[in-house]
Amino acid sequence: MGMTVAEKILARATGQVAVKAGDVVEPRVDVAMSHENAALVINQFNEVFQGTGLGATVWDPKKIVIIFDHRVPAESSKTATNQKKIREFVAKQGIPNFHDVRGDQGGICHQILPENGYIRPGYVVVGTDSHTTSHGALGAFSFGIGATEMASVWTLGRVLNVEVPGTIKVVVSGEFKPGVGPKDLILHLIGRLTAEGANFKVIEFHGGAIERMSTSGRLTICNMSVEAGATSGIVPADQETVRYLREEAGVTEAVDLVTPDHDAVYDQVVEIDAGELAPHIACPHTVDHVKPVGAVEGVKINQIVIGSCTNGRLDDLEIAAGILKGKKVAAGTRMLIFPATWRIYKQAMKLGLLETLVDAGAVIVNPGCGCCLGVHQGALGDGEVALSTTNRNFKGRMGNPNSEVYLCSPAVAAASALTGVISDPRKAV
Amino acid sequence: MAKVVFKIGDDVSTDTIYPGRFMATVLPSETPQYAFADFKEINAKIKGKELPVGSIILGGKNFGSREQAASCLATPGLVVVARNFARIFLQNSINVGLQTVICPTIDAEEGDELEITPTEVKNVTKGTSHPVVPLPKARQAIVDAGGLIPYTRKLLVQERSA
Repeated sequence: MGMTVAEKILARATGQVAVKAGDVVEPRVDVAMSHENAALVINQFNEVFQGTGLGATVWDPKKIVIIFDHRVPAESSKTATNQKKIREFVAKQGIPNFHDVRGDQGGICHQILPENGYIRPGYVVVGTDSHTTSHGALGAFSFGIGATEMASVWTLGRVLNVEVPGTIKVVVSGEFKPGVGPKDLILHLIGRLTAEGANFKVIEFHGGAIERMSTSGRLTICNMSVEAGATSGIVPADQETVRYLREEAGVTEAVDLVTPDHDAVYDQVVEIDAGELAPHIACPHTVDHVKPVGAVEGVKINQIVIGSCTNGRLDDLEIAAGILKGKKVAAGTRMLIFPATWRIYKQAMKLGLLETLVDAGAVIVNPGCGCCLGVHQGALGDGEVALSTTNRNFKGRMGNPNSEVYLCSPAVAAASALTGVISDPRKAV
Repeated sequence: MAKVVFKIGDDVSTDTIYPGRFMATVLPSETPQYAFADFKEINAKIKGKELPVGSIILGGKNFGSREQAASCLATPGLVVVARNFARIFLQNSINVGLQTVICPTIDAEEGDELEITPTEVKNVTKGTSHPVVPLPKARQAIVDAGGLIPYTRKLLVQERSA
């Protein structure tokens, strides 16, 4: 019987010839990523060693990556103290892959990992963050785990008791129409599957529209696969993956593409024609409350946000700058831009994108998670409405339970910034 | 016998159980103060440790995810019953010792008395009975060990002493 990508990766990571959905395995881990919640991981890690008489040392410091992004620079003394504790732990354990609050190495974890060459096809990647699903964009099996589970990984180097997930195959044919792209595809898919439709499953993406999609777009769709409940989203690695690793991530070693078998067994097959998709919007307060833009056109917006691990990459900023060039953000609407990493920030600066956006009235905020999770850098007032390219719109997500968040693509966000109401980017050009 | 003290609907998000704005608080013991922070009544009861042993929080489908959302509810005697759980939440619950019961057909209101057995949830108030989906066996082993920390500790001692 053939294997899906997830099955193949998990077979390799456990030294078996084959595994199938439902098997229980303990895969070895290639990359273990944490952000500020490493403070909690450290607490749990130390507890594991308590009473054993063994020194609390991690299994392999080179496979751990720690990236500050959720609260940068620290928004409170509590965060600053946690970050300090993490720095001390990193130094003590000799963890070489640490991305501190620095312009020459910082940014959002889910963009830092791919662009620095940490991710390879076939890897098992775990992260203490729901959106760790992102890295399936490079053909890895990548999933979010809790801090206690990460403490276990730091100790043993493998994830205990993983059930091999079944896989939903999503085949996307056709070409996107102008003004429509990967974000609209994933919002449409989440709307179809619902927030629990892929719970405990992997979404494996196929079809011409995926083969032609850049790694940036693939990161967007894998990032949000978790919003349909998926353990991981995976795009089988191909020549685009190799191009990205060589040209953008500085990887020089041989890359082993892991592709599914032709007779792999899927739980479900979903077919989508990209050419038929309209821009899509996720309406308050769930990510699967998805409608075509036409259904919500005209809704007044107080705050527009472009950024995050979902849509804070260079092509996203290019789309926004293209729409806003020489124009102005509507009066009464504020626009915040968070490039995903400092590398992207610098590229956007060199290309003049930041200047275009600032001239239009946007505020450029330092790379990081920013207001996405409601901690700082752009909370909403009572009764206010945000339109954002981020990945979650749960009640209170942007810091205020008495506000609303709509999710959209960078094109919709930029077109709506011009009008101050939700607008169709196909009409903006 | 246990009692439903709080009923909440489908797709309860991690931000509902434990809002992201309180994520700077990391110690598991400090998290209950922010449990359901935007629902004043239940928050006050959890914060004030006023929930009697045998209290049930009842969710609909797809309950879950971040670790604080599980640890903030992990108090002895509190059980979360839901139609099903989001993957990360279920895993985190098992890891930190929050008792969860998967009961796809559960039908109960706040105030109802429930009796939970390994195979079913009996709604004593309504006189109905609903089957329980057993935990996947891979996860039951962690529950039996008392959570992931003691489970990992045992393996650690075996493997590093060898």
